[in-house]
Amino acid sequence: MSKKTVTIKAFRFNAETDYLPYYKKYEMEVGKDELILDLLNRIKWEHDGSFSYRRSCRHGICGACGIKVNGKATLACKQNAMDLVELFGDELVFEPQSQKRAVKDMIIDKGDFWEKHAAVKPFVEADVDPHPTSETIMSKEQVENFLDADYCIQCGACHYACPVIEVNEDYLGPAAFAAAYRFTVDPRDDAGKERLETTAELGSGVWDCVKCFECAEACPKDVNPIEKITKLHNMQFEQGVAKRNVATKHAEGFVRSIKKFGYLDEQDIVLYSEGLGVVKHLSEAFKMIKAGKVHPFDIAKKKMPRSKNLDEIQKLIEISQKNEL
Amino acid sequence: MSQLKYALYTGCTARESTPELLSSTLAVAKKLGIEIVLLDEASCCGASHLQDFDEFLSLVLNARNICYAEKLGLPMITICNTCQLNTVMTKERLDNDPEMKAKVNEKLAEVGLEYKGTSSVRHFLYALIDDYGLENIKEKVEVPLSHFNIAPFYGCHNLRPSHIHYKHNTPLAPDSEIGEGGGESSIQEVELMEKYTHESPYTPTSLDSLIEALEGKSVDYESKNKCCGFHVDLQAPETSNALSGTALLDAIDNNADLMVTPCPLCQLNMDLKQESAGKQLGRDIELPVLHMPQMVALALGCSKEEIGLKFNVTKATDLM
Repeated sequence: MSKKTVTIKAFRFNAETDYLPYYKKYEMEVGKDELILDLLNRIKWEHDGSFSYRRSCRHGICGACGIKVNGKATLACKQNAMDLVELFGDELVFEPQSQKRAVKDMIIDKGDFWEKHAAVKPFVEADVDPHPTSETIMSKEQVENFLDADYCIQCGACHYACPVIEVNEDYLGPAAFAAAYRFTVDPRDDAGKERLETTAELGSGVWDCVKCFECAEACPKDVNPIEKITKLHNMQFEQGVAKRNVATKHAEGFVRSIKKFGYLDEQDIVLYSEGLGVVKHLSEAFKMIKAGKVHPFDIAKKKMPRSKNLDEIQKLIEISQKNEL
Repeated sequence: MSQLKYALYTGCTARESTPELLSSTLAVAKKLGIEIVLLDEASCCGASHLQDFDEFLSLVLNARNICYAEKLGLPMITICNTCQLNTVMTKERLDNDPEMKAKVNEKLAEVGLEYKGTSSVRHFLYALIDDYGLENIKEKVEVPLSHFNIAPFYGCHNLRPSHIHYKHNTPLAPDSEIGEGGGESSIQEVELMEKYTHESPYTPTSLDSLIEALEGKSVDYESKNKCCGFHVDLQAPETSNALSGTALLDAIDNNADLMVTPCPLCQLNMDLKQESAGKQLGRDIELPVLHMPQMVALALGCSKEEIGLKFNVTKATDLM
């Protein structure tokens, strides 16, 4: 049984002529070695010449053919079709990476992606001697620091899989952050501080990441953008770029709590992070008191649980903590 | 089946704002004859925020937590997706990076501990399904949930990143295989379908099958594997409300009577923020949100006190 009958339900839309998008079904026999890109080609070549999608290199390096299959970010030229049939059943739904940015069928306006990518200076900025007399040597460790981030092909898979991109138009997104990291740790580069400041902004920067790991799951090149996001967070503290705000205090506040109790003091972390802004949580606090989750007098009495052997935790913090706010 | 015994890492939430999570977990274990040892020495996992501030410190503290399960010679279980992920991310790092493991152990030695990598770390959800078994759970059902449409909300940190979870949240390895501590393959070498066999982040099934085993009707809806936005609740409440509100409304629009989640952070966000999410999205939201062990405790006929529905913010006491 080398072939299987598969129904492809493809998103169809032409922004110039259609009022609304619609789905069209194509049935085809799919072989075990066919790629999603082969199926896109077959829709166009065997069924409807007007079907539109981007493609170029066919070997996972140009980043043009990113689409979504049953909601899963997919680089069409790298993804075996049968694997997805195994995962989703014999109806595959082909959709553009972002439906609200659809231009024609699988083709989207990727302008937001490129604009945000450019905002982090995704290149080495350096005063380069135009007539160098020797090579710039990098150690193996220095290269390995950014090598996996360098595999990014700007396909947009992570960017359009990110739920924050959907709801916050200022957010730079995982691909831009992976690029910011990649060039900031490049030993030839001089723009690191500027990139860290850009990505430290509340609203657009790394602090708005919801930590859903959709980007790590979506990336066809295993760049693991959220790992780079965590590194950017750490670098803000290491290089003194972090400003005191609700997000940085929230991160640092964990140490403050763990030192005292071993556990996180859930009430203190909100008070400490928000400062006077804590008033906006009053209605929720009231709801929690009403349900008996929080006892109003505990706040004053500090009736907090404490980890056993708390002295070990305190000692480990004392000898292991590297960063300060 | 030999008696199951686990070291339970409760995390902070179960000891503070969601006491119902701890009491229902212990009640379920008691009903099923699962022995639980509480890891009272453990500290906070850092919830990804400590990791943002000081990654090394987070590795040291999480390694210490695992040490206590290792000392007992028990597999560790968690009842919070975020604890689960941060603990296994530490385990992955230390089991694969001997240099980092040595650095962490150098610190742990100062308090007389050593991280070895001998305890597995899994979420209670998977211990129930894979070790205890759905068939065995079915036999213990006293109060079938047959009149409820239940929307499973999986929570990010049990599903993604699959290249880590597929190695840890899988069935418990036989004793002979535990104790190796590491030697895992890198992210690049893993075949897609290998990662997705146990639980796929795109088509997860564990919670659905648990609901069905308790004779409830599991609700199929698009948001079941999406993010609730909890982790930006302080700095970006609009993002958090948009994500949690959308998921809640999706469940409601698909006729859910209640939602259930294995993650107390999802539970808190989805349960507590219904009014503000509803205001932002322009629709009323009212849907009881239960912890996974609360749902199981309901079906197993545990007591009202153990299930603790009075602690749920969106009224859930009518479910009994």
